[in-house]
Amino acid sequence: MQSKHKLFNFHGGLHLPGHKEISTGQAIGDVFIPSRLVLPLQQHIGESSEATVKEGDPVLKGQIIAKANGYVSVPLHAPTSGTVSQIIEQPVPHPSGLSATCIVIKPDGKDEWIDLDSSADYRQMDPSALRNRIRDAGIVGLGGAGFPSFIKLNPGAKTAIDELIINAAECEPYITCDDMLMRERAEDVINGIRIMKHALQARRCLIGIEDNKPEAHAALKDACSKLGIDDIEIISIPTLYPAGGEKQLIKVLTGKESPSHGLPLDVGVVCQNVATAAAIYQAVTYNKPLISRIVTLTGEGIKQPGNHEVLIGTPVDEWITYCGGYHDSIKRLVMGGPMMGFNLGTDKIPIIKTSNCVLAFGEGEADAQEQQAMPCIRCGACMDVCPAQLLPQQLYWQAYARDFDKIQDYNLFDCIECGCCSYVCPSQIPLVQYYRFAKTEIWALERDKKKSDRARLRHEFRLERLEKEKKEREERMRKKKAALKTGKDEKTKDSKKDAIEAALERVREKQKKSQTQTKNIDNLSAEQQKKIDDIDARRNQEQKDSTS
Amino acid sequence: MQFKKTSSPYLHNNQNISLVMLQVIYALIPGILVYSYFFGWSILVNIILACLTAVASEALMLLLRKRPLAFFLRDNSAILTACLLALALPTLAPWWLIVIATLFAIVVAKHLYGGLGYNPFNPAMVGYVVVMISFPQYMTQWLQPHAGLDLSQALQYLFLGELNAAISLDSITSATPIDSIKTGLSLNQSISEISASPLFGFWGGAGWEWIAAAFLLGGLWLIYRGIISWQIPVSLLLSIVVMAGIFYLADPQQYSNPLFQLFSGGTILAAFFIATDPVSASTTPKGRIIYAVGIGALTFIIRTWGGYPDGIAFAVLLMNMAVPTIDYYTQPRVFGASGK
Repeated sequence: MQSKHKLFNFHGGLHLPGHKEISTGQAIGDVFIPSRLVLPLQQHIGESSEATVKEGDPVLKGQIIAKANGYVSVPLHAPTSGTVSQIIEQPVPHPSGLSATCIVIKPDGKDEWIDLDSSADYRQMDPSALRNRIRDAGIVGLGGAGFPSFIKLNPGAKTAIDELIINAAECEPYITCDDMLMRERAEDVINGIRIMKHALQARRCLIGIEDNKPEAHAALKDACSKLGIDDIEIISIPTLYPAGGEKQLIKVLTGKESPSHGLPLDVGVVCQNVATAAAIYQAVTYNKPLISRIVTLTGEGIKQPGNHEVLIGTPVDEWITYCGGYHDSIKRLVMGGPMMGFNLGTDKIPIIKTSNCVLAFGEGEADAQEQQAMPCIRCGACMDVCPAQLLPQQLYWQAYARDFDKIQDYNLFDCIECGCCSYVCPSQIPLVQYYRFAKTEIWALERDKKKSDRARLRHEFRLERLEKEKKEREERMRKKKAALKTGKDEKTKDSKKDAIEAALERVREKQKKSQTQTKNIDNLSAEQQKKIDDIDARRNQEQKDSTS
Repeated sequence: MQFKKTSSPYLHNNQNISLVMLQVIYALIPGILVYSYFFGWSILVNIILACLTAVASEALMLLLRKRPLAFFLRDNSAILTACLLALALPTLAPWWLIVIATLFAIVVAKHLYGGLGYNPFNPAMVGYVVVMISFPQYMTQWLQPHAGLDLSQALQYLFLGELNAAISLDSITSATPIDSIKTGLSLNQSISEISASPLFGFWGGAGWEWIAAAFLLGGLWLIYRGIISWQIPVSLLLSIVVMAGIFYLADPQQYSNPLFQLFSGGTILAAFFIATDPVSASTTPKGRIIYAVGIGALTFIIRTWGGYPDGIAFAVLLMNMAVPTIDYYTQPRVFGASGK
């Protein structure tokens, strides 16, 4: 099962202080039911789901409350039974701090399930039925990106999958939710992996786990032997941030590099997170949708750090209060890890499917961004640690100069925003912030460009039409001139005479016509005639008055 | 609860420019100590004068450019430039020579180009070349080893330009070993005849070889600390060794041996402390090698056939000019790009 496996290196990376022990001290905490659940319609990459309930509707635990909208989309389920109290705009976990449409559920405390279909055996299901079941359970990548999982399990008929890689690296400091999941629910994980392997018909399956998680590693190993499974390799990889980056992990385990603008699928690899595997097991075997996940609550600003199974939609403030609340030293709240997470401006925000960690920094715990930045001295430390082998310093200059063409020549979009460059920058330049800025600007420019392309097409069409008309006019003029010219040469006088004659003829004709035509003052009735006479008389009178 | 918002990452390794510069200055200390052991107080006095000038002119320029004064003065970069410049200038130099060189380095080469991080040329080398071209007669006054002056004599010479009647300038100064080889060769002497002079030590210039060894020690410490990368010093020194080696093997009586080339003049100091100035050096891994090989080759060429005693300053400035082009053509392969 665990054989000597050749490992590869990726460029750069950092040895970071782990701070993992803060939150691994106790078992995963129980689910608690908060006073309200706030469920954003958009919790995944793709189209946001479409609400199928309205305010006032009663819902049962596990009931679909929003359906998938298009292919890259998944449904959303009620995490507990209760009533839909509102469907409104609420602040959601997003770096922008913006609000989005959410379904708000007021739990009734009964936690009553809908009827679940009887359990199923995945071996009797064909891959497409498996994918449908996974989609209907609302499962998305739980590692952070939130891409609908069933799509990743659908490589297409032509693509053979060499490796299914399970990401158990959990390389970011502080976060321990995957670690605790593997320690406590290793069998779910292994069973989920078997389902994915079956759906993909993958040739082999590798689990990559950083060597700072020996307990989790042992638990997976035990689960494998208990389940009698020998076709999954559990591979310990060196702890080096960001070894859990999808492309980096694939490189470490297989030596394969996913193409610069492509997907792991292009090199015959599919990568899934351990928590996703466990969720898939629950969905396929028990038909349970994704309504909760394990989230790490940690940092010096928290009184009782640990991991909890949290219902999707639980407001962070209620959860933290339930867990004992903040320390007085609380200074900053982050969703996600300290390297790639984002600041929360408020704690009145729900846990969503992709929330893996809530990090409460205490005073002096993470002041990296507090320093004033010095100018770049081109030391190249950023380049030395960049796992995407980019030139972060050049990207910075181009972003600073707003040269959005050149920055793409330096492969801005290969940047995974891991934050290694900012971490080592002796000038304390917030480099990643510059890249995010440049990416957003480029996306905005592309949107504008599409818009202006349409406008330009319209404009060009108009110009073309005007040009055509002008040409036609010129052509007519030219023909006329040519006709006149040829006329001049041959029978100038005659034609002139003829022309005059013809004109006179037309005038005579017209006169004759007008004489014969009835006018509106012919055949007047007596009354009309009288009116006209009156008007004439008055006109004459007025004329006289004015002249006198 | 409401919280302050900033962008990730929230962790940092606590390295900063001020610390980087400070560590480079620390790495110079062994060399400076050995220097003053062989050549007396003059070098220490020169360094202090250069530092004072540098800090004063840096402060002035920051004020004129309306930059935060304390924030930028803390970065130690002006002090480092001043130290390197004082080490490059002759041991016996009049005060105004040091002041002019330092002013030029800080005011023109650094701040007129935009200050820290924006100078395309190495400030210390610009300062050095300016006085080298403007006042060549003062650039050849090098003390003989152990002819060192005491503190009062050093200060007297520095500020008054004269010495006690008992000591004549000629009796304590001489050309550098590299210069004397050049002169000797032009007088049809062979290398072995020239190296018989007391100016020469075991493998380099007398005294200078030990100073260079001390700088080497400091430089290796910088690589160990990760402050500088190995590419620049290693390729610079290798290129000099290879070029000198080829010519030495062809004609040992006309060309000095590679070891001598390494341990005389400013070769070691330049390889570890001057060419590695990140602002004006190439930044890509391949680019750094090309840049350093260029400096090594040009140094050897100017030393051997050029009109100046040592070519390092010119070599560095010439390669500074080539840096944007080098960087452009040596971009590393991006992860996942085709053609591994």
